[in-house]
Amino acid sequence: MSVLLILMLPFVGILLPPLLQRQGRLAATLGAGIPTLLAFGLLMSLGPSVLAGEVLLASREWVPAMGLTAGLRVDGLGFLFATMTLGIGLLVITYAHFYMKKDDPLGRFYAYLLLFMGAMLGIVLSENVLLMALFWEITSLSSFLLIGYSSHDSEARRGARMALAITGLGGFCLFAGLVVLGQIAGSYELSVILASGDLITSHDWYVPMLVLVLLGAFTKSAQFPFHFWLPNAMKAPTPVSAYLHSATMVKAGVFLLARLHPALAGTSPWFFLVGGVGIATMFFAAYVAFYRHDLKGLLAYSTISHLGLITALFGFGTAGAAVVGVFHIMNHAAFKASLFMTAGIIDHQTGTRDIRILGGLRKAMPFTMVLALLGSAAMAGIPLFNGFISKELFLKETLDLPLMAGAPWVFPVVATAGALFSMAYSVRLVHGVFFKDPTEKTPKEARDPSMGMLVPVGILVAICVIVGIAAEQTAGPLLAAAAGSTVGGELPYYSLSLWHGFTLELLMSAIAIGGGVVLYLQRARLYEIADRWPQLTGQMAFEKVQGLILSFAEGLTARLENGSLQRYIVLLLGMALVAGALPFLEHGFVTGTAELTPTNPVAIAVWALLVVATLATVFTHRSRITAIICLSVVGLLISIIFVYLSAPDLALTQLSVEVVTILLLLLALFVLPKVAPPESSTLRKIRDATLAAIGGAGMGLISWAVMTRPQDSISDYYLENATYPVGGGTNVVNVILVDFRGFDTLGEVAVLVLAAFGVYTMLRYARHTHVEGVDDMASDRYPVVLVSVSRPLLALILLMALYIFLRGHYLPGGGFIGGLVASVALILQYLASGIDWAKERMGVSFRYVAVAGVLLATLSGGAAFLVEQPFLTMTLLGLKIPLVGEIDYVMTLLFDLGIFLAVVGGTMTILSQLSHMQEDREPFDEEARAKETDPWKP
Amino acid sequence: MNHWITLPVLIPFVAAILIEIVGRHHIGARRVLAVCAGLGTIAAGAYMLLRTHQGEIFTYAMGGWEAPFGVALVADGLSALLVTLTGVVSLFAALYSMNRHDTKGKFFHFFLQMQVAGICGAVLTGDLFSLFVCFEIMLLASYNLLVYTGEERGLKAGVHYVILNLAGSALFLVAIGTLYGVTGTLNLADMALRVGELGPEDTALVRAGGLLLMVVFMLKAAVLPLHLWLPNVYGSATAPVAAFFAILTKVGVYAILRVSTLVFGSEAGVAADVLAPYLLPLAALTLALGMLGALGSLRLRKALGFLIVASIGTMLMSIGLYTPEGIAAGLYYLVHSTLGIAMLFLLVDLIARQRGEKDDRLVVARAPAQRALLGLLFFAGAIAVVGLPPLSGFLGKVWVLQASLMTPHVVVVWVAILLTSVLALVALSRAGSLIFWKGEEADDEERVPRATAFELLPVFGLLACLILYTLFSGPAAELCMMIAEGLLSPGDYIEAVMGVRP
Repeated sequence: MSVLLILMLPFVGILLPPLLQRQGRLAATLGAGIPTLLAFGLLMSLGPSVLAGEVLLASREWVPAMGLTAGLRVDGLGFLFATMTLGIGLLVITYAHFYMKKDDPLGRFYAYLLLFMGAMLGIVLSENVLLMALFWEITSLSSFLLIGYSSHDSEARRGARMALAITGLGGFCLFAGLVVLGQIAGSYELSVILASGDLITSHDWYVPMLVLVLLGAFTKSAQFPFHFWLPNAMKAPTPVSAYLHSATMVKAGVFLLARLHPALAGTSPWFFLVGGVGIATMFFAAYVAFYRHDLKGLLAYSTISHLGLITALFGFGTAGAAVVGVFHIMNHAAFKASLFMTAGIIDHQTGTRDIRILGGLRKAMPFTMVLALLGSAAMAGIPLFNGFISKELFLKETLDLPLMAGAPWVFPVVATAGALFSMAYSVRLVHGVFFKDPTEKTPKEARDPSMGMLVPVGILVAICVIVGIAAEQTAGPLLAAAAGSTVGGELPYYSLSLWHGFTLELLMSAIAIGGGVVLYLQRARLYEIADRWPQLTGQMAFEKVQGLILSFAEGLTARLENGSLQRYIVLLLGMALVAGALPFLEHGFVTGTAELTPTNPVAIAVWALLVVATLATVFTHRSRITAIICLSVVGLLISIIFVYLSAPDLALTQLSVEVVTILLLLLALFVLPKVAPPESSTLRKIRDATLAAIGGAGMGLISWAVMTRPQDSISDYYLENATYPVGGGTNVVNVILVDFRGFDTLGEVAVLVLAAFGVYTMLRYARHTHVEGVDDMASDRYPVVLVSVSRPLLALILLMALYIFLRGHYLPGGGFIGGLVASVALILQYLASGIDWAKERMGVSFRYVAVAGVLLATLSGGAAFLVEQPFLTMTLLGLKIPLVGEIDYVMTLLFDLGIFLAVVGGTMTILSQLSHMQEDREPFDEEARAKETDPWKP
Repeated sequence: MNHWITLPVLIPFVAAILIEIVGRHHIGARRVLAVCAGLGTIAAGAYMLLRTHQGEIFTYAMGGWEAPFGVALVADGLSALLVTLTGVVSLFAALYSMNRHDTKGKFFHFFLQMQVAGICGAVLTGDLFSLFVCFEIMLLASYNLLVYTGEERGLKAGVHYVILNLAGSALFLVAIGTLYGVTGTLNLADMALRVGELGPEDTALVRAGGLLLMVVFMLKAAVLPLHLWLPNVYGSATAPVAAFFAILTKVGVYAILRVSTLVFGSEAGVAADVLAPYLLPLAALTLALGMLGALGSLRLRKALGFLIVASIGTMLMSIGLYTPEGIAAGLYYLVHSTLGIAMLFLLVDLIARQRGEKDDRLVVARAPAQRALLGLLFFAGAIAVVGLPPLSGFLGKVWVLQASLMTPHVVVVWVAILLTSVLALVALSRAGSLIFWKGEEADDEERVPRATAFELLPVFGLLACLILYTLFSGPAAELCMMIAEGLLSPGDYIEAVMGVRP
């Protein structure tokens, strides 16, 4: 329970600093400090049992399907890291209170810091590895926020994004690797994984899994070649550099190596990957650090180098090396955090971090000088400091590597060389800042800072010295516990004493220390040589790659997604062709067994006419009126075909739909130029024609295949049941529409109404646009004959519509056709007598009629609920009306009436809006606007 | 009588009608009705979940005509999940629209509720032709939602959208005709039965019909190469519309999932595995191109559109494994990405407004006035869509990786997921850094509209949904797993509808 509380405290605390910020800086700092202190206290209360070797576990189900539990674990290693995270966290919070500028939003800063702290605790205290990966990514995110804290600085922004990209990439690889690991081990719980070392290392997937996991560890711990994000992260405020980027977050990578050591280590891939990368990083970064002029840059590379050292130790794969690795983690956290804070003090007090400018500060900043001197001594590995002991042990480990039996000198030599540079840059740091003569005046007058900044550094330096002198007595128990859980078994013999006698590693240390001093003395010549070398950094490579990907993405997207409707339709048709053709290519085309119906000359003639009319529509499409007339011919021919195939209902429907659409299209022509401009190149036309031809042929073949097959379908049922009184009517088409599949009809009616509303909306706003090439309003009077014929016709046609509507249940007809016919009657009035005349006399809003129709249909369907029948059941009893007689199935009739109204309303909404357009048309002053709003332009 | 099955369709449908009739002249009445409908849809969905989460399947014979002759509604876990999700997104979209958006045109709420009804109908119907009808309702309603303001941007995008989709509808009819021609039925469960009895002579025909159907669904779901329409359409819509459209593509995913497992599953005789060999590679490419598009977009809204494409790729890649875990992971991710994208679309509207005339263009502009608050929300939304912890996208991706691990597709899936995650990370960190960090301080002279609490409510609401979804991932994942297993052994579904087992 208390483990969970320790983890939750920083997350809960996130809210405090921003809330308390208004009460002043101190309140914000306390808001961050108190949860941390509480968590630290709680953690310490667990100390005795953990140091005694106990492993505290607490687990809760979370997502069993993914093997993810909210499982926590406190063992020696986790305890060590949690102590570092919370302890150094406390010091950093104190330090930051004095370091941050007065106008910095301290609340936000502390909130980010607590977010990180919580996530880091999560990593080190997770029992479930997926949970660990989850916290892992949160540390990357909080690091992103903290690096970009000075968001006005472009380098800070770039550094933040770079860090996020690299560590994010690593994080994704890590969680992929952990997924494999869990799969191999059969569980994502560390207890199981750590106990299945043999199973894991002998598994086929061991190497890919290892690579993925290591990518996570190496990116986080800034190992070569992913190291470059860390120096760029130095744009973060110095407390962040001290905390995240030296003491804790970058240690997450090596923590992972330690954590999984029992399960993954000890193989030759592990040795060469981890050990090799570690030692290479250690040397390379130490070398680079020596050449950095920026204090924080130097410390950043030094951090990379020490992380390399630790990585190498874990890579050696032996228990002894692992113990040293854990020990150096502790030591490095102490001295490097102190040095970063010292660098922050120097920056804060002098206004610069450039070693070339700084110098001679020993007089102005004596306290700082002492602290820096002691910290650097630890970093350089001078005897009597903690860094010495772990470095000695490291050098010793390099001497005994069974896997390097062929070339045993490689690791010791590289390690010594790295240590040598380490010494050199440490000397440079101290001498360059405090002892050599200053070259320029610093931007600010240097003097020692307030105690608030010195005390946290002092505490860390004190740890370095005390551990350096009496390691076994002070750090011993913690190390034993932490190393115990790293090794996962009996601890090997090791000695933390200062003096091991005259050994080879002592000689190597001496070479490093002596050589480092010599190197520093020769620095002027070395810098000269280095300046002549071409600059090629990981950062440049990263930015180059990122730039390439970006321009590739931009180019590709712009090329593909070019806004051309034609292209999208070609793609759709192309896909359809492929989809339709593939099965036939694969399985062959089989004509069905049904007997072919005999044809006759009339049918052939109609068919030929249909082909001609269709082709004519295509070829005349630019002259719109002609094209519409051709299209109407196509429609009429189709109705004739329906008649020929004994489908009178379909023929009627087709005919009325045809009439209404053609009329509406003609009205729409009014706002379009008479002649459409040529829009396609010849090549495109060929492409489109080919697609169309293949598509048409394909359709034909599919239709052929379908129609030559014997039918065994649900339609027989409809025919049988479309009888009175089972289906409530005898016209099977209508019974299907209003009864068998009333739901579909209701939906389609809604579609029609929606379409009408769509046209209404679109035309309402397109009203004032003008299109070139349209003649002015025809000034002719309305033709007298048409006017005088149309008015009496209105009543007749409406009556007919009513008749068609009513008889629909028994004979061809119904609400849909009736509605269309009624619309035709009304449209005719518009055409014959003019809009104004007609509008005056149409007292209703057609939109209202349309929606009312849908409502009526829905209500008549819903009436079934009253008699506990399913929605749209049409089984209510008949209704007796005087004079008319008994009307059966009143609900069916009401449903059909709803359709009727919706059709009339929908159609007339479109029509009235089209006519409005003509009414409100404005003269030619808006050509530019017309071009802009033409929706047909790609 | 299970009348409750009709509620997810009838509630928004009737609400839409009432909005037009009662609320014609009263925006207040329209808004009240819209909120009631949203809550009602959520309640109906929640009730459905309650009834179906154990795997039980309920059917409802519309008009009293039994399947396969009448239209059957089928309520199972999958439809319940999607109804609930639709309700949630529609409610927040409706709430958000009440700030400036639903007064830009007269019929916003009418169209929105019609759209909800269409979606709920599509996920509930067990009939292929009804599915077509519902797709038409969705299409027309969504088209109207694009153009309802009469703004040029929406108008142009809308015309493109509707024409392309009408071509799709024609293709849908061709596919239905073919399948009806060869199986003689429209009911999906009945079709599943009949497909199993087809002889080898019908192999090509039924497979062609099935693939054509899948092409239509892929157009709706925006699967490569039919994804290009989406970014511009979503980028041109108003914020509540775009947010609601986050669910629209998922109906395509639903249709692919339902039909390809029920009718064209692995035990469908000559029609077996019609889509299975193609879905995963296409989805992987969709994911890759979607993410590259997000990275290469010059406007934030368009980038979000591409992120939708990418998320479709992710979930279909997982579904394309056609294993219980794969489908479950895909479904889990579906819910997550819908909520995440919807939230970001709303948020980007607020951000863009505070950036002045630079709007959502990814260029240096003045920083949003509420930089800290909007930045925080953007950060959370970005975490969600990239798939970073602690939000559910991370869990979804982990699950997809787990699901694909033991399959032959492991390399494709893993490479696609890992690389595109990094691309997403780069794309969104660039955008966020540009808008919130690089942005210039606002001039004092200009009045910048600050987001009101009511405008922020839907954004926080969706974020809260995401957080709850993450916290209750256990039951959610269990539900997805139950649904996935049900889909892969469609016997129960067929029996529930047709009364016989295949």
